[in-house]
Amino acid sequence: MKILVPIKRVVDPYSRVRPLPDGSGIDTTGIKFEINPFDEIALEEAVRLRERIGDVEIVAVSLGTSECEEQLRKALAMGADRAILIETDQLYDPLGIANELAALAQEFQPDIVLMGKQATDDDCNQVGQMVAAILELPQATFASKVETVPGGVRVTRETDEGHETLELNFPCLITTDLRLNEPRYVALPGIIKARSKPLDRRPAVTSSSPKIRTVRVEAPPARQAGRMVTGVSELVAILKDKGVL
Amino acid sequence: MSKLLVIAFAPDEAVRSVGFAQAVGLPYDILFLTGEPATDLGADRCLAANLSEVPPADGIARFLADFAAEYSHVAALSSMRSKDVMARVAGRMRAGMITDAIGVESPSVFRRPILAGSIIETVETLSFPILLTFRPAGFPKPERTGASSVELIAATIVSAATRVAQTAQSGTRPDLGQAKVIVSGGRPLRDAETFERVIGGLADRLGGAVGATRAAVDSGIAHNELQVGQTGKIVAPDLYIAAGISGSTQHMAGIKDSKVIVAINKDPDAPIFEFADLGIVADLYDAIPAFVQALGDS
Ligand SMILES: Cc1cc2nc3c(=O)[nH]c(=O)nc-3n(C[C@H](O)[C@H](O)[C@H](O)COP(=O)(O)OP(=O)(O)OC[C@H]3O[C@@H](n4cnc5c(N)ncnc54)[C@H](O)[C@@H]3O)c2cc1C
Repeated sequence: MKILVPIKRVVDPYSRVRPLPDGSGIDTTGIKFEINPFDEIALEEAVRLRERIGDVEIVAVSLGTSECEEQLRKALAMGADRAILIETDQLYDPLGIANELAALAQEFQPDIVLMGKQATDDDCNQVGQMVAAILELPQATFASKVETVPGGVRVTRETDEGHETLELNFPCLITTDLRLNEPRYVALPGIIKARSKPLDRRPAVTSSSPKIRTVRVEAPPARQAGRMVTGVSELVAILKDKGVL
Repeated sequence: MSKLLVIAFAPDEAVRSVGFAQAVGLPYDILFLTGEPATDLGADRCLAANLSEVPPADGIARFLADFAAEYSHVAALSSMRSKDVMARVAGRMRAGMITDAIGVESPSVFRRPILAGSIIETVETLSFPILLTFRPAGFPKPERTGASSVELIAATIVSAATRVAQTAQSGTRPDLGQAKVIVSGGRPLRDAETFERVIGGLADRLGGAVGATRAAVDSGIAHNELQVGQTGKIVAPDLYIAAGISGSTQHMAGIKDSKVIVAINKDPDAPIFEFADLGIVADLYDAIPAFVQALGDS
């Protein structure tokens, strides 16, 4: 079986980010970059599938500048067999990224494209569904459980109401939600050892030609400072006064 | 032609979509995929597909992409279901998409939160059609206006994915997205039974809904559909009571539009006190029963 796992380099979700004064982007001074947490969950699931069923090749792919190599090295250390960096300094929007990933998938012919449901930087939640649409693959987004069945997978996914279970034939696309697994920790020696695994660089095959463009970014309006109350009776009185009880 | 198609996956989404539709400022049609359509929402055309349920994404997206071909804008209320489907429609139409719009500057410029709401991005679409999901909280509630007649749409939908099981909407509590009052609990709520008794008990006393943090859901204390935040549900009640919740960026991303946020936390330095309108430093196991009692007295 072959599994393709896209990996995005994002600012550490636990860091505090600010806009640049001119609103042209995020101030990244002193900020760490990580694998998008949902992509890490996707990679972990691919590795677990290999541990369960044996013959699985896992390819991690990232689109971006040479800095993404850092995240791909970590993906190799977590268990990807090889990594591909589609190297570009152009800005791709979600559809542009989906086109690139779809082109790679056509070459690599994975049984499963397994990816994060959203990136914690742009919070778009689009690319997986777009790749599935372009390749006309059945999809199961927001997966919380993946089991293999003959010829395909059975995926439990999180929904607005709770859960649903879908069965998909190979090839298919799955996006991950938080509950799917807890990614393993890789220590530095693991990352160094993974340096011998192949990481290939190649140019993008499509031009970025974005459909959407960020005009500016800014801090959200601040909430007015609140106040502390000493006890519940005072609280109840204030809430009644505000008309919310 | 510039025209907006609003897609209502469930019938009650339509009325909550009109504020956004009117903010875009284009004439709009509403397509009801399921249920009984409302005809007094100011739409040019009121279309009904009469599906018994929304089929898996690949099938419904193919239908919607064909159906929406004539529109410049195709929009749906943000939900897990609309995100699953609309981005696939965008992919099929090779169109751009804007997720979670919270503001409209013009029919091609929208505002949306990124980075768990710590930044607001203004984004412009460079081509049409454009697909959108939007959060209703920031848009005014519309007046109900003149009736349009319902046009039935034939929808034959074939999905490659097979749905083998699903949970139904359960319980009698209001929907998180529409509740006026929400009581949410975090990690310190020991187990599911305690969560239900303490958090559920206060919610029921207030006629409200129940929410939870990721930490509470991950540890099996609360169901996943109750998760509020960046990657869960976005809520905008009049009153949000957060009990035993630290105030992570990811959780706060989901509650910013609440009118009044109350925090109950035993740690005076908990970050949630920076956001809350009203805070009490207290053990929730003391404060919540006292709160219920104070309500009972009145
Ligand atoms: C990719 C990603 C996505 C995420 N998405 C979400 C999301 O959508 N929603 C979400 O909620 N989180 C999300 N998180 C997780 C988030 O970062 C926090 O870990 C989580 O919100 C913390 O939950 P908590 O406040 O319940 O737990 P904690 O941070 O552990 O806080 C518990 C609080 O309870 C207080 N406390 C303890 N005992 C008592 C008591 N007896 N009485 C009163 N107070 C008490 C403590 O002082 C503490 O402040 C996400 C994280 C990542 C990385």
